[in-house]
Amino acid sequence: MSTSNNNSKSKTHGLWALTNRELKKWYKAPVVFVLTLIQPVLWLGLLGNALNISSLFSASSIQFPAELAAQFTPAQLSALGSFFSGLQNQIMGSTFGTTSYISFMAVGMMAFTALFTTMFSGMSVVWDRRLGFLNKVLSTPVSRAVIILSKVLSATLRSMFQAAVILLIALPLGFAFGAAFTPLNILGVFAMLFLVCLGLSSLFIAINIRSTRIETPMAVMNLLNLPLTFASSAFFPIKQMPAWLQAVANVNPISYTIDGMRQLLIFDSIDFAQLAVDFAFVGAFAAVLTTIGIVFSWRFLNK
Amino acid sequence: MSEDVIKAEGLTKIFNHNLVAVDHVNFSVKQGEIFGFLGPNGAGKTTTINMLITVLKPTEGRASILGYDIAKQNNDVRNAIGVVPQEYTADEDLTGYENILLCADLYGIPREVSKKRADELLALVELTAFKDKKVQTYSGGMRRRLELACGLVNRPKVLFLDEPTLGLDVQTRAATWNYVRMLKKEFGMTLFLTTHYLEEADALCDRIAIIDHGKIVVVGTPDELKESLGGDIITLSIKQDVDITGLVKKIERVKEVKKENGMYVVKSESGEVTAPLIIEALRKEGHVVTKLSLTKPTLNEVYLQYTGKSMRDAADESRESAFAQRAMMRRSHM
Ligand SMILES: Nc1ncnc2c1ncn2[C@@H]1O[C@H](COP(=O)(O)OP(=O)(O)OP(=O)(O)O)[C@@H](O)[C@H]1O
Ligand SMILES: [Mg+2]
Repeated sequence: MSTSNNNSKSKTHGLWALTNRELKKWYKAPVVFVLTLIQPVLWLGLLGNALNISSLFSASSIQFPAELAAQFTPAQLSALGSFFSGLQNQIMGSTFGTTSYISFMAVGMMAFTALFTTMFSGMSVVWDRRLGFLNKVLSTPVSRAVIILSKVLSATLRSMFQAAVILLIALPLGFAFGAAFTPLNILGVFAMLFLVCLGLSSLFIAINIRSTRIETPMAVMNLLNLPLTFASSAFFPIKQMPAWLQAVANVNPISYTIDGMRQLLIFDSIDFAQLAVDFAFVGAFAAVLTTIGIVFSWRFLNK
Repeated sequence: MSEDVIKAEGLTKIFNHNLVAVDHVNFSVKQGEIFGFLGPNGAGKTTTINMLITVLKPTEGRASILGYDIAKQNNDVRNAIGVVPQEYTADEDLTGYENILLCADLYGIPREVSKKRADELLALVELTAFKDKKVQTYSGGMRRRLELACGLVNRPKVLFLDEPTLGLDVQTRAATWNYVRMLKKEFGMTLFLTTHYLEEADALCDRIAIIDHGKIVVVGTPDELKESLGGDIITLSIKQDVDITGLVKKIERVKEVKKENGMYVVKSESGEVTAPLIIEALRKEGHVVTKLSLTKPTLNEVYLQYTGKSMRDAADESRESAFAQRAMMRRSHM
């Protein structure tokens, strides 16, 4: 025990160790992992399936009055039936962009779960501070930026994984890929999720690192959750919203994320101009928030 | 480079522009020394350590470790030091072995080296049998030992220990002292520790600083500190009702004689030598000593003299807060 280490290590050493520490806590606790899946599954099952909005418009649900039906031959009736069911698809298509509400909803759920997981993971920094782990890490040669980045990265990776699980669960429940879907689109979807989670977790960690009470991040989470989720296209299309809500939804990065994801996953044709706008908006959001978040956390750690 | 391993000059930390936690402290620690920091709760011990280990930036003043400035060369400082914090910082969800590997990663130690070192350290702190158990299942003493192992993973030249024996039973405390002595002897390590246990500081530390309200009130070897109180106290009474103050005062090494409630209180250096001399001198004059007791000052007296507070209260308080913290931790993990 005579020689201490030389300084030849890289600037990013410790990044994977710290990120993996967070991830381990999560994948080694399957109970928590399963519990976090119950809520989205219930949402998908209840809203997406039981309350299947598309069934409201289905042909079988349309009963012609008897005296009206008597005036038509069976062949005419069935032609009318298929006319109405075509109408249903058209209504669904023009409202939700797809004929399957569960597909529409599942994509919203993926984004929502990612958002929630990001916020939830961001709380661990409060414990790290409170239990002295943060101070301990600060006394080692790990760079301050790496400490923050490991938090951001683990929250982001967790969120992306949870989102992927939602997609897998939605498949047997009737999730239908759009005609424009290719396996390559999955990459785009996760790039989108990566960007939005990166931005959000950076912001969240900059807030959380300043607090020693777990109540603070919880309050922030509650405050942000509602507008981010409901003033977005997660459950209902923006054009169906009242004007004031539309205004909020139109600057909500979650809306752009979801729109991009829907185009890539469930729409029959991709509007590339809109997709470019989606990516640009989410990318800019991520760049700005990540910068702000890391700078503010870094400043705190250098007090 | 100076021979002082730790050197603090006017080191000051002010929180929120008004709370002066550490107030212009000056001290130095030599190579291979065990230096103890004593003081009541909130005196500024942990804050001082946090500045030295580059976790907090000093508001004023400067300090260096092995000649590296803590502000300007903080990376060199971090590579050279080990830290055993006041809290239990090991990750409860990981095993002891995984925790040490994690610490090693933070120093950028390659895996093939750190695996070997983790095994060595686990053996050193006698946790080999529990290496693959989650830290959740460890007792307080095992956790402290794991913290110690983590603090040694980069083979530091200087080790900081913040209350390393807090809340430990007598055996584990004794074992911890042995580790500390061994680190000094075998590896020539310099150790900076804080403690609330005065006997521990007395037995372990080469030098001690007492800090109160952010200021160092006295520094010295345990013996110097005890002597600074003016020596041992001999209390005696005699059969005859005459004043012997003048007689006793003339005896060698006697510093002070007072009569209190019919007893004579004598302050003297090396009381065990002086006491027989007093008896002998009194006998020669025909006085009969009926009672005599000798009290050697302990660090307790020193501490009380310099801080004016009872140490026991202080120790109890901090133990309670440590328990509260641990209870809270458990709750959070459900
Ligand atoms: N991060 C902080 N922000 C504000 N005040 C602080 C902070 N850390 C410590 N203090 C204050 O600084 C003073 C010194 O605290 P410190 O933790 O250094 O005491 P200590 O000597 O280690 O006490 P203990 O024996 O209880 O561990 C206390 O009054 C404490 O409340
Ligand atoms: Mg302390």
